[in-house]
Amino acid sequence: MKQFALFLGCTIPARLQQYESAARAVLKELGVRTTDIKEFNCCGYPLRNINFEAFILLSARNLALAERTGLDIMALCQCCFGTLQKAHALLKEDESLWKEVNAVLAKEGLHYKGGEGGIEVRHLLQVLYHEVGIKALKRHIARPFAGLRVAAHYGCHALRPSPIVQFDDPVSPTLFDELVGVTGAVSVPWQRRLECCGAPLRGVNDELSTALTVKKLEDGKGAGAHYLCVACPYCQIQFDTVQGEIAAKGGENHRLPSLLYPQLLGLCMGIDKKALGLEANQVPVTGIEGFFAQGRKGRRKSAQKSKGEA
Amino acid sequence: MFFSISLYLALIIFAAGVLYKVFTWFRSSIGIGAAEIPLSRRVLSSLTGILRTLASVKVFTLCKVFILDVVLNRRILREDVLRWFMHMCIYGGFMLLVVMHALGRYTSAVIFDNYLSTINPFFFLRDLFGVLVLVGVALAIYRRFILRIPRLFTNVGDYYALIIVAVILLSGIALEGVKITSHTIYQQMVEDYAGLEDAQELRALEAYWVQQYGVVSPTAKGPFDAETLAQGEELNSMSCVECHSQSQWAFTGYGVARIIRPIAVWLDGLNARGVLWYIHFFACLIGLAYLPFSKMFHIIASPLSLLANAVMERGRSDPAAIATRQMMELDACTHCGTCTVRCSVGAALEEIPNINILPSEKIASIKALASGRKLTRAELKAIQEGVYLCTNCYRCTVVCPVGINLQDLWFTVREALLQRGIPEVSLLSPLSFYRGLMREEVGPRDYQRPLMKARKAIADTDGVKKGQDQVLPLPRREGEFKGRLNLSAQASTFSVCFGCQTCTNACPVVAHYANPQEALGLLPHQIMHACALGLRDLAFGSAMLWDCLTCYQCQEQCPQGVGVTDVLYELKNCVVEHVGEKTVGRGRSG
Repeated sequence: MKQFALFLGCTIPARLQQYESAARAVLKELGVRTTDIKEFNCCGYPLRNINFEAFILLSARNLALAERTGLDIMALCQCCFGTLQKAHALLKEDESLWKEVNAVLAKEGLHYKGGEGGIEVRHLLQVLYHEVGIKALKRHIARPFAGLRVAAHYGCHALRPSPIVQFDDPVSPTLFDELVGVTGAVSVPWQRRLECCGAPLRGVNDELSTALTVKKLEDGKGAGAHYLCVACPYCQIQFDTVQGEIAAKGGENHRLPSLLYPQLLGLCMGIDKKALGLEANQVPVTGIEGFFAQGRKGRRKSAQKSKGEA
Repeated sequence: MFFSISLYLALIIFAAGVLYKVFTWFRSSIGIGAAEIPLSRRVLSSLTGILRTLASVKVFTLCKVFILDVVLNRRILREDVLRWFMHMCIYGGFMLLVVMHALGRYTSAVIFDNYLSTINPFFFLRDLFGVLVLVGVALAIYRRFILRIPRLFTNVGDYYALIIVAVILLSGIALEGVKITSHTIYQQMVEDYAGLEDAQELRALEAYWVQQYGVVSPTAKGPFDAETLAQGEELNSMSCVECHSQSQWAFTGYGVARIIRPIAVWLDGLNARGVLWYIHFFACLIGLAYLPFSKMFHIIASPLSLLANAVMERGRSDPAAIATRQMMELDACTHCGTCTVRCSVGAALEEIPNINILPSEKIASIKALASGRKLTRAELKAIQEGVYLCTNCYRCTVVCPVGINLQDLWFTVREALLQRGIPEVSLLSPLSFYRGLMREEVGPRDYQRPLMKARKAIADTDGVKKGQDQVLPLPRREGEFKGRLNLSAQASTFSVCFGCQTCTNACPVVAHYANPQEALGLLPHQIMHACALGLRDLAFGSAMLWDCLTCYQCQEQCPQGVGVTDVLYELKNCVVEHVGEKTVGRGRSG
């Protein structure tokens, strides 16, 4: 199996370690090898509002570091993924920009070749879908879910701009739904599945940010989902921490807990719950174990129990 | 007399310096709230905190941290084996020299009843420890000046530290070398210890010492005959060996002695050993007296930082004690640059030339801030921007070898600066995600004010004023503005917009508001149009720019291939630049 340079970014190690540990556990079980590059820095995403050159430089530095090892980058964060892809594409098509960036990188002995045949940037979900494959994933499922309804949240920066990120069809994507389907869960159709989680405006316009989150939660719940499933730390914090805060502050409790995809997959693969970090989620998700297929009667009972918990 | 007076003077300065520094830990502060806590409460809080910790099970944590992190430098080892070796050499070697050699009279002489600095193992060990320190210093110089680690800055304090240690060590070794060759000292020893009268015997012993111990005599020069040497050896074994091991054991000094042999007699005549002694002695005293004011103060502050941070936590510990700890941490910083080397956004310095982006360099600015020194608006703005250009990834805190809770420090400084009212446009970026999550810590009023201030600063940049019954001035067309967008790698597509409004219709932010124009100003398609017309102020003044989610719905659906989101990004970059110039400019004029 192909090896990747694992790109964690800033948010996951600082605020969502369970995403890292769950992803590592799942990848290890699936035989996807990863390398850590200590020198990686911020992808550049949070600086895009402020300074284009700084964003491109930070992104390019990561690309150059990965290129030096000859490994494709695998990002867990969709904002990192989108940003690195953007820089990857810009540097490919704009030679003067490429030259400028390399002139700065050269100061610390780095160079980014880029272009055709160079390294690629992948998101975790793409690696699972394309490199491991649905068939192989199915073979690793030890305990499938039954009757579990999951609302898969694609994430803006993975999907769009589609010519740059090339993640999946931007209008009717299926990649994430298929990955959810592997676990035996039903990926429910919901209207706002391709919309933003609200996280980019957290700290900038909280009112708007929260309103967008609430709309998504309501929509997911309305579609009959038991859980949300995401593959981005920003989305997860928004759906998990912020959802918890809304309820704690006396707002409506939407009772739609959010799981990171490797947590969902890992559970079915029989990976130790500790490694998946289920306990670290703010809105409890442990009730999901009630959905493991085990004969109709038992399932319904535990499903009810989990509903009560959420 | 002279020796004692200068020594006591240095000790007094040292002690006064330490007391002054400790006093500033309690007196100075940074951060909202901390300034209002009275000194007495700060002192009391720290004392009770310390006593309570010592009386609890946490004392085991302290012991563990003391051994692993303070004594064995575990945190440096985790980061870099070479640097760990370097620091162990310097600090281990120096500590041992201080204890065994500098304080020999009070330590070695008391512990070992046969202690003499001229016999083994002490004679040899002193040189060994000295070499350890020099190896460490050499590695430090290699790291700072030859390795060329990106963004690792060396400041005056670092130079001073390297120079003072090097001078102490090199003068000590040179002194030893000169003393080994010195005929005057040899004669003094003969008078004091040998008790020889016979001229032949004196000649024999001298010959032996010239041959074996490296003494350079103005009269006795080899080669000597075997008989004389045999006699000398016998005399040596009777009178000398008991108190003086062979000079070769002091291998660094002996090396120097070998090198200076041709000029040794001349140096002896000039009393070079006296001069070197003064250099060595005064270098030590300067090092001691200046220690509390130099980066060497980390010898005291860093262990305290490591221990305090092992048992303290925001939210659990008393804010009064945390305020004190944060001041102490500023002194604990060794300017080693680990935080900067591992900083997630440090590389951005190349494009945003503000040294305060780098954590290790921020510390110096924060020290100035905490000392209460009057800083100019431009300086304050630079520090504010520096602390805001941070993704709060905690890496600096995780890697800091002296355990400073840098993350906490940035948070405190950031909020304190934001409350001063200088607008910070970087607030309107995803960098604020962390601040949003920390909202409760900041408090509702202090939380909103800087955000409003930033938006107001943007609105004030001579844009077209809002308000319906106002007579609107004709917006200016800025050719330069359009030119810049055209050249931009991400924004040049704006010109093909034909105003179909698909972008605006696709926007979830626009859809959120019943009256979007009132809430957002120009809507995406109008912004594209304003760009095409070169109406800079109209485009800059739109709140839409900052309420954009960057979800790329607009760009994805544009039938003309306009990179709407990317144009908005470019516009935001322009505004940040524009407002930055304005805010600092205003400060300069008054």
